[in-house]
Amino acid sequence: MMSPILDVSHLGIDFGGLQALDDFNIQVDAKEIVGLIGPNGAGKTTVFNLLTNVYKPSRGSISLTGQDTRGKSIHAVTQSGIARTFQNIRLFRDLSVIDNVKIALHNGMKYTMAEAILRLPRYWKQEKESTATALKLLDVFNMAHLANEPAGSLPYGSQRRLEIARALATNPRVLLLDEPAAGMNPSETQELMDTIHHIRDMFDIAIILIEHDMSLVMGICERILVLNYGLIIAQGTPEEVRNNPVVIEAYLGQQRGE
Amino acid sequence: MTLIYQLINGLQIGSIYALVALGYSMVYGIVRLINFAHGEIIMVGAYCVWFCMSRLALPALPAVAITVIVCAVLGVSIERIAYKPLRKSARISLLITAIGVSFLLQNLAQLIFTANPRMFTNLFTGSIAIGTQEISAATVATIGVSVVLMIALSVLVNKTRIGKAMRAVSEDADAAQLMGINVNSVISFTFAIGSALAAIAAVLYCCSYSQISPTMGSMLGLKAFVAAVLGGIGSIPGAMTGGLCIGIAESLTKGYISSQLSDAVVFGILIVVLLIKPTGIFGRGDHQKV
Repeated sequence: MMSPILDVSHLGIDFGGLQALDDFNIQVDAKEIVGLIGPNGAGKTTVFNLLTNVYKPSRGSISLTGQDTRGKSIHAVTQSGIARTFQNIRLFRDLSVIDNVKIALHNGMKYTMAEAILRLPRYWKQEKESTATALKLLDVFNMAHLANEPAGSLPYGSQRRLEIARALATNPRVLLLDEPAAGMNPSETQELMDTIHHIRDMFDIAIILIEHDMSLVMGICERILVLNYGLIIAQGTPEEVRNNPVVIEAYLGQQRGE
Repeated sequence: MTLIYQLINGLQIGSIYALVALGYSMVYGIVRLINFAHGEIIMVGAYCVWFCMSRLALPALPAVAITVIVCAVLGVSIERIAYKPLRKSARISLLITAIGVSFLLQNLAQLIFTANPRMFTNLFTGSIAIGTQEISAATVATIGVSVVLMIALSVLVNKTRIGKAMRAVSEDADAAQLMGINVNSVISFTFAIGSALAAIAAVLYCCSYSQISPTMGSMLGLKAFVAAVLGGIGSIPGAMTGGLCIGIAESLTKGYISSQLSDAVVFGILIVVLLIKPTGIFGRGDHQKV
C-alpha cells in the first residue's frame, strides 16, 4: 500500500471566535483528481490557504510527501511539492509570459550575480535550459507563441492558463486549482477539462480543485468533498454526492437565502 | 562654453543622486517603505572609506571594496533588525522607525568620529581640458562609474533570476512566495544592492566634496529622495532619470541664478511634481492589491 502524497488530518483554523474550518481530513494519492465544492463562505479557499501554509492551522496536521509542513515558510512548502492558482488571477503582470514561468521553475539557477552581469558561459547555459523548459511548458497550453508578451496584456482565458503553467513550473506533486473555470464559456470549460486531464497524466500529479461549475466538477473529479460552514458534510464519487440529500439541502438552503 | 561646463557638473552630481535614488526606489518598490536611513548609509560609507585610507593606510581599491561590503551588510542588518519585525504593521510605524534608525546612525557617528568634519583626499587627481574649461578627473570618473553601475543594474534586474524575482516580489509578494520565491532573501538582496550603490556614491561624492561629517547624508539623501519621486518612486529608470534631472537643475541654478537658490529649486521641483504628477515621470499608480 503506497502512502498518500497529501495526508491531512483533523485540520482546523479559527479566526477570532469563528471556526472557519474544523476536522478536515483528506488523503490524496498520486494522479487523483479531487473536487472541493460548497456554498460561498464554506471554507474552500481557506483549505487551500492552509495547505500552502499561508494560514497557520489552529489544529491538525498536514503531511506532504511524507513531510510535516508545520513551521515551514511558504516558499519552502511550495518547493516541497504543492502549488496553486488563484481565484482572482495573480500573475506578475509586468513580466513577460515566459518570465512568469521561469521565475517559478524549481531548483533555481546556480549561476552567481557576477557571472550573470558579465554574461559568463554558465549564465548562458542555465538560462538556455530554463528557457527551453519554460517554452515546453507553455507549449502544453498552446502559449509558446505568446512567450514575450507582457502577462498583463493576455486575454482572460490565457491568463488563467498561464497561472496553471506557472504553478506547474514549481514542479509540484499536488496542484491546487482555485476556480479554474471562473468566467469561462462552455467551450473554454470543455477545453480546460481536457487540459486538466492532460497535465495530470503528463506530470503525474494529484489535483485538487475548487469549482462552482458543476459540469466541470462532475465531469472530471474522481472524488468530491462537500464543505459547508467549515465542515465536510459529504464526500464520495460524483454520483454519490449528486444524490446525497445533505448536499442538496446545503445548496437549496443557500438558494432560499439568496 | 559655460553651459556645457554646467551641464557636465550637473551630470556629475546628478549621477551621485541617481545612485542614491536607486536605493530609495528599489526598496520602495519591494517593501513600500521610504527608507529614510538610506542617506545615513552614504555617511557611514564616507567614514568607512576615509577610515580605511587615512587610518589603516589601505590602498584605494581594497578600501572601496571594504566600504561596499560594510554598507551592504549595514543595509541588510537594518532591514533584518528594524524593519522586518514591522513588515505586517502599519506603514507609518515603519516610516517612523526608518527616521529613528537615521537619527541613531547620525548620533553614533557623532559619538565615534566627533562632529568635526574629516578631510578626504581625492582618489582621482588631474583634470581634462575641454576648450577653455577644465573638467576634473573626479567628475569624469563619477559619470563613468555611474553609467557602468546603472547598466549593470539594468542587466541584473531584467535578465537574471534574482532580478526577475525582485520584480515579481515588488508586484505581488504573496503570490511570489507561493511560487517558491524566498521573499526574505529577495528583500535582503535589494537592501544589499541599494546600500552598495550608496557606498559607491559616497566614495564618488567624497572625491569631489572632500568634507565628511555625521550629517552629510541628510541633505544628499533628501535630494536623492526628491530625484526618486521625480522619476517615479519604485521605478529604476525613473531613479536614474530623476537623479540626472535634479543634478542638472541644481547645477544650472548655481551657474545662472544663484548658488543659494539651488536647494530651493530642488525642493520646488518636489512640490511641483507632487502637485502635477504625483506618480513621477515613469511611475504608475499603485497596483491594486487583493
